[in-house]
Amino acid sequence: MASHNHHVSEHDLEEKFVFSDGLRKVIFTLLAIGLFCTVLGIVLLSMGGGEHATEGHALVLNDKDNITLVSNENVESEGHHAYHWTTRVKANLWLNVIFFMGITVIGLFFTALQYASHSGWSALIKRVPEAYGAFFPVIGVIMVVVFGLSYHELFHWTDASLLEEGGKNYDSIIAGKSGFLNMTGFVIRMTIFVLGWYAFYTQIRKNSLLEDLHGGTKYFWKMKTISTVFIIFFGISESISAWDWILSIDTHWFSTMFGWYVFASWHVTGLATIALAVMYLKDAGYLKMVNENHLHDLGKFVFAFSVFWTYIWFAQFLLVYYANIPEETVYFMERLNSDYYKKFIFINLFLNFFFPFLGLMTRNAKRKAILLKIVCFVVIVGHFLDFYLMIMPGTLKEHGGFGFLEIGMPLVFAAIFIFVVARNLAKPALIAKNHPMLDESIHHHI
Amino acid sequence: MEKEKHYLVAVFDDQDDFLHGVEHIRHAGVKIQEAFTPYPVHRLEDALGYERSLMPVAAFCFGALGTTFAITMQTSMMAIDWPMIIGGKPFLSIPDFVPVSFECTVLFAAFGMVGTFLFSNDLKPYKVPKIFDIRSTDDKLVLAIDLAKNSLSEDQIKMILKEAKAEEVYRKDFTEEENEGSFIKYLIDLFNNGVTRSSRQLS
Repeated sequence: MASHNHHVSEHDLEEKFVFSDGLRKVIFTLLAIGLFCTVLGIVLLSMGGGEHATEGHALVLNDKDNITLVSNENVESEGHHAYHWTTRVKANLWLNVIFFMGITVIGLFFTALQYASHSGWSALIKRVPEAYGAFFPVIGVIMVVVFGLSYHELFHWTDASLLEEGGKNYDSIIAGKSGFLNMTGFVIRMTIFVLGWYAFYTQIRKNSLLEDLHGGTKYFWKMKTISTVFIIFFGISESISAWDWILSIDTHWFSTMFGWYVFASWHVTGLATIALAVMYLKDAGYLKMVNENHLHDLGKFVFAFSVFWTYIWFAQFLLVYYANIPEETVYFMERLNSDYYKKFIFINLFLNFFFPFLGLMTRNAKRKAILLKIVCFVVIVGHFLDFYLMIMPGTLKEHGGFGFLEIGMPLVFAAIFIFVVARNLAKPALIAKNHPMLDESIHHHI
Repeated sequence: MEKEKHYLVAVFDDQDDFLHGVEHIRHAGVKIQEAFTPYPVHRLEDALGYERSLMPVAAFCFGALGTTFAITMQTSMMAIDWPMIIGGKPFLSIPDFVPVSFECTVLFAAFGMVGTFLFSNDLKPYKVPKIFDIRSTDDKLVLAIDLAKNSLSEDQIKMILKEAKAEEVYRKDFTEEENEGSFIKYLIDLFNNGVTRSSRQLS
């Protein structure tokens, strides 16, 4: 129809996102606050200011000569590593690496999903999740460094003495798992997954930019093929990375739901960040053609996958609860029987289920940006706490805490993430003007 | 009250003419009773000035009813009426109640919504369908205007409909019998003819 073509030309398809000084300032403020909190948290920790002072800490506190290391090494018993405050820093680093790796890969997954499912509505906003991929090299390097520094303290199974048959520390369960769960395998899998994801990102990105230049449907079909292959690869690699990176912290425990569980948590976090990014761009005057119909769909995604997360979370819990087998219940006993971690389970359920479920239930809540913004922010915080609850009880046991360190470090990661993604977003045009389904997206109406 | 109903029927051929026509007719102060289209027309609800359906509210209420019902039922059964030890769990074990509560919520919401939909659209089994123009199931877009609900005269409305580029405008009357279906008559008809035959011949 004639009116349609008229409509398209009314808007600027060549617009580019400018990484403005204002945004830079926001990012650096975020970074500064984050760094300040992190350093403050580390200083407080190193002085023994943890919430749960233990015997070892009490010793340090009495000893005013600041010989933390020495006293802790003395306390260290054979086989079991005594808790040292640096473990908490390392556990936090690992937590943030996992969290932001998830957001990054979900950006790619979302892009791929749009191609694999022939979704037209998202053509206008597809550059946003697509830009996430630039964070792969950064977070990949951080991941390797953090793993190299801290695997000894975070992953119990890396202790070789557990595998010596007849040895004092011999652990038959871990020895039984060592065919899969060994250092060589772990590093190889980690490398293949992260490099694989990055390779898929570069392929999709390359074709997406070529499409801008040359047009036609050729690149769309190419990207569809790449996306479909990526989704298959992602289905396998995501599950295995969830076992490797998170589940293996609680080495004795196992759950067949865990891959799904981590995926659900990552996915809803990623969707919430995409929705927030789109709303930010709209508020900053970009993406004028994106209207409440597109927000509605993003809101539906956040709503639906919050419920999906709850479903998976509860399915995992109910089976364990119902079967009541000690080696399975131990995971939840560690959390529900701990005075400290117990409250996080209920905070999690509230922030990740009840709040988005009731908050985004009505149609208007998804179409009006303000409520969607609040819910997306809450969901991101909620799922950070979800990962906190996956990682901390296994690594820190009763020494876990939530202080400046836990608040500051995600801010630092978020600042770096936003910086890298915004810089990548500013490179090509903000709208994929030759996307074959762009017209459908412009006239999206629900 | 008069049981007979008198309508003006406007037939359109083109979708854009139809959408603009609806806007024009409403702008001229004519109330449109109903629009019939062979396929869903985007933005027609906006043009007709329809408000959002309250169906989601009904869904929430029925869902909440289902949850309440399920929790009450399970509590009374498992904890009050016939307490049993199952798997060493407490009598009132909330996690075990969740799947049944979820299912009841979905069941109540689904049935409640179907019921609400049928009720609010007056879709009863003995309903006599008002066929304004059978071509609305083929390739024409049709508007029905209830003369009793408009203060303008028939000729004035006809003028407005013509101005709105209606292809055809004609009057259609429904008798009392056609207007109000009779349950008794439906039953007799059903008894005589079985379910295979419609209770009313399409004219």
